[in-house]
Amino acid sequence: MLENSDPKTLKYVGKAVRREEAVEKITGAATYVSDMVLPGMLYAQVKKSPHARARILKIDVSKAQALPGVRAVLTGEELNYKLGLYIVDKDILAKKEVRHYGEAVAAVAADTLEIAKKAVDLIDVEYEVLEPILNHMDAIKEGAPLIHPDLGKYDYFKPAFSPQPGTNIATWNKMRKGDVEKGFEESEWIIEREYTNPSVQHVPMETHVAIVQWGKDDNITIWSSAQSPFTVRNLFCYAFKLPLNKVRVLVPHVGGGFGGKAGIHIEPLTAVLSKKAGGRPVKFQATREEEFSLLPCRSALTYRIKTGVSKDGRILAQKMTMYWDAGAYADYAVNVTRASCYSANGPYDIPNAWVDAYTIYTNKPYGTAYRGFGHVEFHWGLERHMELVARAIGMDPLEFRRKNALRPGSTTLSGEVIQEHTGNVLKCIDEVAKSIHYGTLTEEEKERERKTGRKIGKGIAALHKAPAMPSFTATSAVIKMNSDGTVNVNVGLMEIGQGSTTAFQQIVAERLGFPLEKVKVTVEKDTDRDPYDWQTVASKGLILSGNACILAAEDLLKKGYEVAAQILRANPADLAHDGDKIYVKHHPAEAVTWASISIGYAYPNGNGVGGPLIGVGQYIAQGLSNLDKETGVGNPALDWTYGAHGIIVEVDPETGEYKILKIASAFDVGKVISEDMVRGQAIGGMIQGLGTAICEGYIYDKQGHLLNPSFTDNKIPTAKDLPEQIETIAVETPQLDGPYGARGVGEHPMISVAPALANAIDDAVGAELTHMPIRFEDVWRALQNKEPIDNWITKTPSGSCRSDPATRHHSPDAAITP
Amino acid sequence: MKISVKINGELYERDVAENRTLLRFLREDLGFTGTKEGCGAGECGACTVFMNGKTVNSCMVLAVEADGAEIETIEGEAKDGTLSKLQEAFDKNNAVQCGFCTSGMIMSARELIRIHPKPTVEEIKEGLEGNFCRCTGYQQIIEAVLDATGQLEKKEGLKYAGK
Repeated sequence: MLENSDPKTLKYVGKAVRREEAVEKITGAATYVSDMVLPGMLYAQVKKSPHARARILKIDVSKAQALPGVRAVLTGEELNYKLGLYIVDKDILAKKEVRHYGEAVAAVAADTLEIAKKAVDLIDVEYEVLEPILNHMDAIKEGAPLIHPDLGKYDYFKPAFSPQPGTNIATWNKMRKGDVEKGFEESEWIIEREYTNPSVQHVPMETHVAIVQWGKDDNITIWSSAQSPFTVRNLFCYAFKLPLNKVRVLVPHVGGGFGGKAGIHIEPLTAVLSKKAGGRPVKFQATREEEFSLLPCRSALTYRIKTGVSKDGRILAQKMTMYWDAGAYADYAVNVTRASCYSANGPYDIPNAWVDAYTIYTNKPYGTAYRGFGHVEFHWGLERHMELVARAIGMDPLEFRRKNALRPGSTTLSGEVIQEHTGNVLKCIDEVAKSIHYGTLTEEEKERERKTGRKIGKGIAALHKAPAMPSFTATSAVIKMNSDGTVNVNVGLMEIGQGSTTAFQQIVAERLGFPLEKVKVTVEKDTDRDPYDWQTVASKGLILSGNACILAAEDLLKKGYEVAAQILRANPADLAHDGDKIYVKHHPAEAVTWASISIGYAYPNGNGVGGPLIGVGQYIAQGLSNLDKETGVGNPALDWTYGAHGIIVEVDPETGEYKILKIASAFDVGKVISEDMVRGQAIGGMIQGLGTAICEGYIYDKQGHLLNPSFTDNKIPTAKDLPEQIETIAVETPQLDGPYGARGVGEHPMISVAPALANAIDDAVGAELTHMPIRFEDVWRALQNKEPIDNWITKTPSGSCRSDPATRHHSPDAAITP
Repeated sequence: MKISVKINGELYERDVAENRTLLRFLREDLGFTGTKEGCGAGECGACTVFMNGKTVNSCMVLAVEADGAEIETIEGEAKDGTLSKLQEAFDKNNAVQCGFCTSGMIMSARELIRIHPKPTVEEIKEGLEGNFCRCTGYQQIIEAVLDATGQLEKKEGLKYAGK
């Protein structure tokens, strides 16, 4: 919905405005669910499995039940509900068997948190400990024990997924484009490598929290820190077989989500505790440790890529195999697999391509959506691979990327033809290359090298991503005018810090022609009050909800003009308006104020006309289709946002220690709606990506115990980890169906940061990094040509994301032919 | 145990359990929910408040230790409905996203400015190192502190590269 996007005439769109809800947040007044207390509220705690895989022989809750102040105790055997986003494979509390360390086996609600904790300690669980399957590459071996023997009986979303009963494969997705074998035959070089990422944690500053009251007559109210209130309602009602109008989900401010609060998590457990406690409200908030192991993480990935390249550096064929480690439950991991599968080749034009992507069950905390939805993980492998392929064939990596980048006329893996207005990845690549003076060292940098004895390197990595969502994803917006002529805007999309509330405020003010302060977009969500939105995920909020806001504004104007035309006895076509009034163009003194018609106009004699002015806008993704299960042909992409990062790094060639001197990031956002918000997303995402690049990752011992579920042992970046210089660049190729030409950029900044860093380190000192994260010791090991390890504490690689050499189908080492 | 604590200039007297943390005392007993809990282990800084003029992680202090102390929280930062210079700078420079770390961050920034009235970027990074923020990537927070101390001549922005 490309509105007028001329920066000279736009008043609010494209300007630096202040965040709508900032004052509430900087004064401590904003309310989060963690701050809430309800009358008669009970506190929940869960008993968690200390084992990665075990049979539950007996649970004795008698001592817990006898403790004064305990109002409800539950075990899995009492609960006959199955949960699951795409594959319905999870119980609210484990039954018969536990499948990962930290899984909930029993739960308590009590008068105070202290009593609840004590009660949980009094629950005795007898287990028969079983050998866990920790490595996803072991889980697909012939004869591996089955983590879900009932996989064939589970309900699942059939248009998109293909579970493989009798195996640990939750789904197998495919893309087939052209003739990949022929492409390899015609290639001058064939290069094959394997790349891995560990599981990581989202780390929202507010841990997951819910308060649920199972009221009379099954009227249920849920206050949750969820990203997607309507999806919580939908999945909740599916699990409990309740009509949607019985369940009300309210979400106030949310302390960060990043995908970890999408879907449904602790709400059902909290609800059944409330039900058992006679309908008293129950609050459950995860501890930081529970955030790491009871709640989901990001899946680990092993990514194998085989590339055939012509004499002049064109990629002719690429075969890609993704092994995604789902952990114990499929949750979002199957859809991460699907989305990664159709994007697996990155922003490159590859005529012959083949992808197999598997989601594999293991006995580890399960994987879910995380900012980038698979793209952060596979771009690590892909953009390292592009670098290594370029070097192997003796071509400059930037030149190699430019030569193979998508451009108008190229086709994607699923067959979509790229247009001029799809976006410009080449421009993003060129902008960051220019910003870091790619390919040369400045005099200053040479001097710095001489002085420090360290080597300076420069690296680039590109990226692309489209929203991963159902082909018919829809949303809506309602604008209600108040009697003073101000408006309230309701959208179902949640504000989780990304700034979309402010963007919608700008869009509505722009389209209505009202001053910004007359437009309020409500942050807090209520499924009983707000119009439907699918989910706050996928970087689709700005396009879909932004368009719905434009349509709602137009609807409101149309309704206002109809009433004004009647009062002014003029044709609506002859009317115009400003922020205060509607008037006759030719006789501007002939006017009615918005305030006077906002809730119905009253003539001097008391007669009324019109009524409350309410504008409604609906928007649905258009032209998208399901992908063919055998070939992947179809159209999955609402929009593609392209981008690139360029990094300058200084590395000690002896020790592997490094320092990031500069990072430049460019994204083709179509149109900047809100300058400060775009920059905030860009830098915030980039630093989050840097965290996974430099230090983050789950560590297990051989038995599958998570060894680092805390900030002491699982660091995230602090202010001290910032690169010396940060530059953010906006490329603006308008999206023809985006609001004012805009497209989403919420997730993209996190993608490809890690490979840009590794490419720069490689450029500086020649370290062939293929595993994440890139700690100093990993650089040192790569420099010594020692096999990198991915475990700080134990020497056992079990539970890591690395495949066992014996299970590899091919040699992971570079094989260059002829 | 009975304690008396001055919070944002007002006196509160309460009976508290000996194992009650200052954080839970503030949030649950008195309703000062602007101060947040991010980890409960003194790692993330979301619970930072002033105790007798110095910042502490309130999750690591017992309420009984605050007996007779003067506590300042985010609720006391704006005076008579007027945002402090620091709050104004946080707003102006988009130093806030989800807002969960913001209260603690503003407390630590105030402490930093108390020690270094004109902090360098390095000193700001050092001063805020104990406060995690998962949203902003810290850069706009650093700019807000520079702005609040009169050191940001021109607001940082995006570079526009056209089509």
